[in-house]
Amino acid sequence: MYDAMLAESVTITGHNGDEIEAYSARTLQAGPVGSVVVIHHLPGYDRQTKEFTRTFAAGGLNAVMPNLYHREAPGAAPDDAMATARASGAIPVPDERIVGEVAGAVAYLRGLSNSNGKVGVIGHCSGGRQAFLAAISLPLDAAVDCYGGFVVGTAPEGHPLHGIPPLVDRAGDLSCPLLGLFGRDDVAPSPEQVAELEQALKAHGKTYEFHSYDGAGHAFMQVDRPSYRPEAAVDAWQRIWAFFGRYLLSSVIGKESQCALT
Amino acid sequence: MCTYLTEKVSISGSGKGPSGWFRLTDASVYFDHPVHAQAEHTLNIDFLDPGAGPSARVAVELTAESAQALAKAIQAILDSAPPGLC
Repeated sequence: MYDAMLAESVTITGHNGDEIEAYSARTLQAGPVGSVVVIHHLPGYDRQTKEFTRTFAAGGLNAVMPNLYHREAPGAAPDDAMATARASGAIPVPDERIVGEVAGAVAYLRGLSNSNGKVGVIGHCSGGRQAFLAAISLPLDAAVDCYGGFVVGTAPEGHPLHGIPPLVDRAGDLSCPLLGLFGRDDVAPSPEQVAELEQALKAHGKTYEFHSYDGAGHAFMQVDRPSYRPEAAVDAWQRIWAFFGRYLLSSVIGKESQCALT
Repeated sequence: MCTYLTEKVSISGSGKGPSGWFRLTDASVYFDHPVHAQAEHTLNIDFLDPGAGPSARVAVELTAESAQALAKAIQAILDSAPPGLC
């Protein structure tokens, strides 16, 4: 497979038509190829998630990760941007804004000359929730939720997410097949919450594929964290490649590729 | 899981960052995923001067046990200071 790619920071048009920073990793194959929007976790637009974004390009897809904290701290180091967002009350980022940023990323990807028009979304940790949010809010072709919390259940009083209806209530709006990757030792989402999400998808006749791993908790795919569980992570990566291969209609995905994911 | 929870407090003092000392006006305290510490969740404190930009920050990420010990030590040393000093 021709595996050349180009990775760089770019400017995309996000929520409300505003320009925001994004990290783009694109295969240099002529195409047509599928594309993926990567949604970073709460710690931000960091090195690990950029590596993850590049992995998709190395595997023959186009990928882009919007910087969800760009508005709070343009040009800042990712960890400083997260801290600024937190201090200014911008965490959690409002759902409406996240959807707008992802919509901008989708438009960017569909506009690439080698795009086949198919776009998926993937996120990890809080980004897993945001991937589900995007998939119930926008027309997409595939979505992957890696252990996203607060898709099911209500945040307690005093919590920043308190008062936001559970996303699972909107499962009927899911626009595309969903791959869910979970650890059975996780508490958010707990196995019970994963089961509730599965029931909702089933009730609405949605296409989904869930894998829950024994001996794995939250962030089991992140190689540089104590939570890393290699056996589960390797299997999860194979599921991701197969899923995107099936729904993004790319025949050139590199099944050998994997990387850190929190 | 991401806890999302943050306590913010106004403070007065100074901190030392890569560019030297600067004044501190705000602190964020949260128990959430760390950037660097090898733990799933840590007690994180950002000492900040927002007026000087995002990089005006001194950050720590402490295990829960370390943070508890630090909090006790801070309280103990303040309690033991001679009357009238604090």
